[in-house]
Amino acid sequence: MAQETIEVPLTGKIIDVNIKPGDVVKEGDTLCLLESMKMENPILAPVNGTITQVGVTVDQVVKPGETIAVIEYE
Amino acid sequence: MLVIGGVLVYLGIARKMEPLLLVPIGFGIMLVNLPLGGLMDYELQIKSPAEVPGKVISIEVDEGNRVGEGDIILQLESGKVSAPIFGRIQEIKVSPGQEVEPGEVIAVLITTAQTPLPTAPVGLLSRIFQYGIMWQIIPPLIFLCLGALTDFGPMMANPKTLLLGAAAQFGVYFAFFAALATGMFNIQEAASIGIIGGAEGPTTIYVTSILAPHIIGATAVACYSYMALVPVIQPPIIRLLTTKKERAIYMKPQLREVSNREKILFPVIASVIVILFVPMSAPLIGMFMVGNLFMASGVVDRLSKTAQTTFIDILTIFLTLSIGATMTAENFLLPKALMVLVLGIVAFATATAAGVLMAKIMNIFSREKINPMIGAAGVSAVPMSARVVQRMGQKENPRNFLLMHAMGPNVAGAIGAAIAGGVFLGMIG
Repeated sequence: MAQETIEVPLTGKIIDVNIKPGDVVKEGDTLCLLESMKMENPILAPVNGTITQVGVTVDQVVKPGETIAVIEYE
Repeated sequence: MLVIGGVLVYLGIARKMEPLLLVPIGFGIMLVNLPLGGLMDYELQIKSPAEVPGKVISIEVDEGNRVGEGDIILQLESGKVSAPIFGRIQEIKVSPGQEVEPGEVIAVLITTAQTPLPTAPVGLLSRIFQYGIMWQIIPPLIFLCLGALTDFGPMMANPKTLLLGAAAQFGVYFAFFAALATGMFNIQEAASIGIIGGAEGPTTIYVTSILAPHIIGATAVACYSYMALVPVIQPPIIRLLTTKKERAIYMKPQLREVSNREKILFPVIASVIVILFVPMSAPLIGMFMVGNLFMASGVVDRLSKTAQTTFIDILTIFLTLSIGATMTAENFLLPKALMVLVLGIVAFATATAAGVLMAKIMNIFSREKINPMIGAAGVSAVPMSARVVQRMGQKENPRNFLLMHAMGPNVAGAIGAAIAGGVFLGMIG
């Protein structure tokens, strides 16, 4: 089982979180919405797998590098 | 024209397409096309000719009559006096049999035409247009506000993006020559059409107000409409010029950290360099960089915040209302105006293509590949084209977050557009 950590790409505010630990996601599913530069940017799942960790909550201000989620996959 | 204005208002309100622009422009169009509203009226004093005019023989029109260009207004002993432009006769100041002096005012004409004749604005919107835009006050001030809203960090973190912003301006020159090639436009009009490709509203309005004010409605509406339509115009062109593999090229989201000192020095140094080389761009670039310095210096937060919010809103209201108001049926429903709209798309499309192709060329020479889609963000519709690149990038590769990388060319293109405008003004103005 491999793991992939999805990190915050740029400074902004999390305005929506779509996942909780245990959720099964497909590649391309929206994990959360990051508001930055006056735009709503969806953060997408890069692989099919299961969420083992969620690092952000709604209204949280985040910086690049912080963990959004960890996905476990085959 | 009422319908066109109504459509723009509908698109702005119901479809939420660039409402900040389409709602006031659309409503301005509606207002000015309601007869006798007078909002965009200009007054023209018709004077008797300089050679001895003699007596008034007959008066051919009544006060309140509409006249077309060339219609005879009255007959003097020395010859006919005809209307130099279309409009409405507001006043006839002489009567048959009266002896008139050379240069005496014999009639007053009200017109909505944008014309080099010595008209004086007498309507609310024509005055705002004349003193705000034709005096080149409002567009540079809007540029100041845009400078206060623009973060040059992503561009400075990756200076190669300057080339992408510059490459996209190729669309400006291509559209310029295309306009000349149609044979419908003179060189000033062609330049005003070309600058649409810079995808910068204030720059387009600024250049057009100096070189070809009679088509300012068409060029402004074309520019702002296509900026709003960037999500429709760009993706097909991007897909045409790139392979699936290129579109999926991953770019690490973290850019080099740009220090505050760099962000302060940049507007100062950029102003000096650009204005030395392209002096005619000084009002736009100078204002842009002052606004940028307000924001970057951190010591004039009040000014910076005002420029980012209240001030730009006030200027936008003035600008959009008066631009919409130039679009009377007589000014706009012409084959020339429609051709401007066509050439506008040509400008945006070639600019997109040029940016993408430059990125691909840069990839040939560099080990670290950039995703060529960010070249499309050189079309400086901030942040619309960067957003397009971001979304397409995520679709092709869910790991990719190209937004910041696209912002580099996006803001570089803003400078590029202002420089292109300055070049036109320097060479043609």
